[in-house]
Amino acid sequence: MAKRIEVKDLNIYYGGFHAVESVELTVEPRTVTAFIGPSGCGKSTVLRTLNRMHEVIPGAYCTGQVLLDGADLYGKGVDPVAVRRNVGMVFQRANPFPAMSIRDNVVAGLRLNGVKNHKALDEVAEKALRGANLWDEVKDRLDRSGASLSGGQQQRLCIARATAVEPEVLLMDEPCSALDPISTLAIEDLINELKEKFTVVIVTHNMQQAARVSDRTAFFNLKAQGEPGRLVEINATDKIFSNPTEKATEDYISGRFG
Amino acid sequence: MAEPNHVAEPVSDPATPDAPRRPSAAAQMKPPSRTGDRVFLGFSSTVSVLMAVLVLVIFVFLVKAAIPALTDNDSNFFTTRTWSTDSSPLNFGIAALVWTTAISAIIALLIAVPLAIGVALFITQMAPKRLAGPVAFVVDLLAAVPSIIFGLWGSIVLGHFGFLNGVRSVLIAVLGWIPIFKETPSWSDVGGTIFLASIVLAIMILPIITATSRDVMEQTPRDQVEASLALGATRWEVIRMAVLPHSRSGIISGSMLGLGRALGETLAVTLILQQVSQMQLKRLFNPSIFTGGDTFASKIARDFPEALNDPKSLGALVASGLSLFVITFFVNAAARTIAERGVKR
Repeated sequence: MAKRIEVKDLNIYYGGFHAVESVELTVEPRTVTAFIGPSGCGKSTVLRTLNRMHEVIPGAYCTGQVLLDGADLYGKGVDPVAVRRNVGMVFQRANPFPAMSIRDNVVAGLRLNGVKNHKALDEVAEKALRGANLWDEVKDRLDRSGASLSGGQQQRLCIARATAVEPEVLLMDEPCSALDPISTLAIEDLINELKEKFTVVIVTHNMQQAARVSDRTAFFNLKAQGEPGRLVEINATDKIFSNPTEKATEDYISGRFG
Repeated sequence: MAEPNHVAEPVSDPATPDAPRRPSAAAQMKPPSRTGDRVFLGFSSTVSVLMAVLVLVIFVFLVKAAIPALTDNDSNFFTTRTWSTDSSPLNFGIAALVWTTAISAIIALLIAVPLAIGVALFITQMAPKRLAGPVAFVVDLLAAVPSIIFGLWGSIVLGHFGFLNGVRSVLIAVLGWIPIFKETPSWSDVGGTIFLASIVLAIMILPIITATSRDVMEQTPRDQVEASLALGATRWEVIRMAVLPHSRSGIISGSMLGLGRALGETLAVTLILQQVSQMQLKRLFNPSIFTGGDTFASKIARDFPEALNDPKSLGALVASGLSLFVITFFVNAAARTIAERGVKR
């Protein structure tokens, strides 16, 4: 179920602007890979190409290949909608559907896939909420609006929603940046559990977080303002934080970043 | 409204711990001049009160003008269909007017709302930018067409429009067993019928419903759209999961605005509708939309010149105007309640 991602010579453009240049990386199944780097270096942009979400912005496109167990997401005739059903995503700001109940939020993706059986949906909802460590907190109010939860609970609800469809890959775009430390800890613990089933890629601004949750870390940077962002280095997280190959990586993680 | 401000002032410049040590700081704490606040407050509260008074004055005027006619009315004002105010005692009632007004406005709404939602979705969700702009502009332009033009066009052109007559025939054939769609003798085409008035009303209220729907749809939170896209939603599913739930209350209040306009629209309806004779009105109640009639507004517009010299005839018309006023008041109140409930969710 969890799949390997291979990115080959990926270039990303917004209209005439070359945002990210020739990224090459591999993400092994059932691992957590963190993308770190300064703002505007294109790490979120790269993440969004992994489920073809970046192209919903008018004028955005990319060249190169993103292979999911060898199948190119950008191949001819590949439907972006189908890609997104296999590659789930969690966003910076928790975004449950406010008009839906907690339960309906979790099973929204399954409903899209045509699952109608109430019992089956209930089972999946419970399983996904348990998987997101949210079940005990919400089991008595599954019919309440998803917007009635706290920020941290909402984010875990969004994770439950993304995992309920059993995606092959789970992408997380700064999932904790709007949360307090305790909620952040809850999500980090959750990420550790999620990697037993899913391939996880997480963008984070928080280097401690990258060190805590990820197996491998990719460092993105800009050569200069206005230049495209690029992947500087991807390596085992231990190595990145103790003995990085590139000088730019060392400068960034030690705070000597210019 | 001014009170809380004045009460709050002493609290806002208390003797802060710094003040004794730094007298200059205390001097700087001198409250700033509030002349602008006071002028603005005075102006805006006066205007608000005046508006409320104005509504009340209009209401009192209507009631006062209507009372002589109502006391001289020999028939039940609410259940009588006919209208005879030429000689005392008067015999008039609003039953037929209420029916024609309500059914024409409701049918107009039933036609306009789906179209408006469709156009608004097209503009905000489907169409490429270079097409969306012009379409939105054209729909807005529709709102700028004077209602007299709609009236002329409706009665002269649409009344003989083959397509509408075809729709009429189909409705009569399929739904003719429902009294509302029953065929009425001597009304052989759509010319002059309530049905035609509804179609024109629908076109007239389309822009306002489209505009309000478009505004709320454009404000669909980006993260809601992305949430559904990331789950693998198609364009239509994004609309269903994110856009429509967010826009629901806005669409409803826009529709209510449209309903209010349709209820009160005068000129176009007066030009399109052909009256039904008093004799026919007296004989039986015909709820069909494939017949003529009068709405509150068209009745008043038609009879006003003649009634001008007779206080009682005029009073009867004013009484019907008052009824319309009350009805639109409740429609607006309902719209408000629904819109507010939408916000609370």
